[in-house]
Amino acid sequence: MMAITLDSLRTDKRSALIATAAIGILLAVAPFVVGSALGNSWLRILDFALLYIMLALGLNIVVGFAGLLDMGYIAFYAVGAYLYALLASPHFGLHVPVWIIIPAGAVLAGVAGALLGAPTLRLRGDYLAIVTLGFGEIVRIFMNNLNAPVNITNGPQGISSIDPINMGGITLAKPLTVMGVTIPSLHAYYYLFLALTLLIVFVSIRLEDSRIGRAWVAIREDEIAAKACGINTRNIKLLAFTMGASFGGVAGGLFAGFQGFVSPESFNLMESVMVLCMVVLGGMGHIPGVILGGVMLTVLPEFFRHSAGPIQQALFGKILLDPEALRMLLFGLALVVVMLYRPAGLWPSTIRRREFRNGSASDVLKEGE
Amino acid sequence: MKPVLLLANAIAKHFGGVKALNGVSLTIREGEIYGLIGPNGAGKTTFFNVLTGLYHPDGGELLFEGHKLRASTPHVATQRGIARTFQNIRLFGNMTALENVMVGRHARTRAGVFGGVLRTRRTRAEEAAIHRRAEELLHYVGVAHRADDLAKHLSYGDQRRLEIARALATEPKLLALDEPAAGMNGTETESLRTLIEGIRGDGITVLLIEHDVKLVMGLCDRVAVLDYGVKICEDVPAIVQKDPKVIEAYLGGSVA
Repeated sequence: MMAITLDSLRTDKRSALIATAAIGILLAVAPFVVGSALGNSWLRILDFALLYIMLALGLNIVVGFAGLLDMGYIAFYAVGAYLYALLASPHFGLHVPVWIIIPAGAVLAGVAGALLGAPTLRLRGDYLAIVTLGFGEIVRIFMNNLNAPVNITNGPQGISSIDPINMGGITLAKPLTVMGVTIPSLHAYYYLFLALTLLIVFVSIRLEDSRIGRAWVAIREDEIAAKACGINTRNIKLLAFTMGASFGGVAGGLFAGFQGFVSPESFNLMESVMVLCMVVLGGMGHIPGVILGGVMLTVLPEFFRHSAGPIQQALFGKILLDPEALRMLLFGLALVVVMLYRPAGLWPSTIRRREFRNGSASDVLKEGE
Repeated sequence: MKPVLLLANAIAKHFGGVKALNGVSLTIREGEIYGLIGPNGAGKTTFFNVLTGLYHPDGGELLFEGHKLRASTPHVATQRGIARTFQNIRLFGNMTALENVMVGRHARTRAGVFGGVLRTRRTRAEEAAIHRRAEELLHYVGVAHRADDLAKHLSYGDQRRLEIARALATEPKLLALDEPAAGMNGTETESLRTLIEGIRGDGITVLLIEHDVKLVMGLCDRVAVLDYGVKICEDVPAIVQKDPKVIEAYLGGSVA
């Protein structure tokens, strides 16, 4: 969302200022509007949308920028979540403050990212996908089975009663009163998640337009030529894995504090696929597109879940198809339609637009291919 | 006589039973345009790949500026000052022409993740310098008017030139060009010749693989001829052209 304002900054400063203010106000009042109009369940969905945006932006660095197909990305989310769960719950009786756990989660997930990256450096495309898929499953199975002989993760039961996020003695679990205004818990989480999402967006934008970002894209475009340009592809790829994973670690820690419960089931292959879909569907390598993908893929399934029943009632007077089954069916259909009609994603990179501005007519024609 | 820049000593490279390079020794001096010719499959590109670290040689050694070149990693070769272009153009297709050249500055710049995210004063200065140099190089090779276009949309000749600009961005001492004139018409070849002479004029040594015999003979100070992985001749063009082994192996009846 920040990138929209950055894009417009280049064209017109005044309209950019207005756009920034509008988006800022929109983001600030969103939880109150959503909460009062649609209820708390949608407010939770909004909070989750922010977590998924963080995940999608992390995976975007690996898949979108560096072109490394990672099918096990959710493992880093799991690392962050389990670190929080283990360090701030009655399970071990530890209650480490959140401002230590979240950065530690980012670092640990980053290390896990490098560990995954190291053996896969020579792999590309489908081979890399298979190896990373295996890695994701290994992490989940570890979490599932590390309850014997020494109980570390409490196995399939997961860890419950995790401390809510608590900053400087203020817990987000209860309504906050700031200067006479009462902020309910879900709203407070929203603002925390929003702040971290904006931070991650900022880091992503800065990295994209830097020496490191160019090196990532160069590797995606042609690895041999990238090497010939003096890029140490081993280090730069490991850096992509590490940076991407650290975003996932942050999101995971927030998720554990928000949910109060983690179990291996939250980190299955479907979740990895979901995050990958957000990146691909939104527009690989384009930050605003990836954000859009994150919002769409969090909101759409919930929308179908909530609307499939009532719409059938209204049309046929009875429920013909189970909304739960219908939801995934419609969702799958939406994916197919988007990929057929917008193969570059819903909101692909601006380079195409730049070409329309500067390029000759023949380029514009070629664009249409 | 100018000092030796690159000394290849009995380089060998085998692929299964095929001896792609069988003890090839070459001496390239500073400031030369050195031609490497030979029929298809003679081992020219294999030699390039060994030189630039894409292949690990099975025997022999390379001395670059008198020091052993352990270039089993291409980015080290680039750091040492060997840049190359590819026979089948390898540009970053979905990056703009300018960005392609900016990537070429990677080896000579330092900004990391923290510099990139925080945009410290040093990083900003470095980025500005990268940008400036990339623009200069686009001008130098004559594709400045396409700076903001995606590399994949450039014409064939412009792509060849852009690849040379990207290689020059790495500040090479030795520029290795793998068939730069392939597929070019007469006019394009002529302006390529001017470009290569200009590059040499700037003090960069050029190693040239080329099939266009006229271009090689007119441009190169010295020429080596490979045939079946063996160097059969190395001398000034006038003598190479008359060498019976070369005529038999490469020039054949058609050109000579």
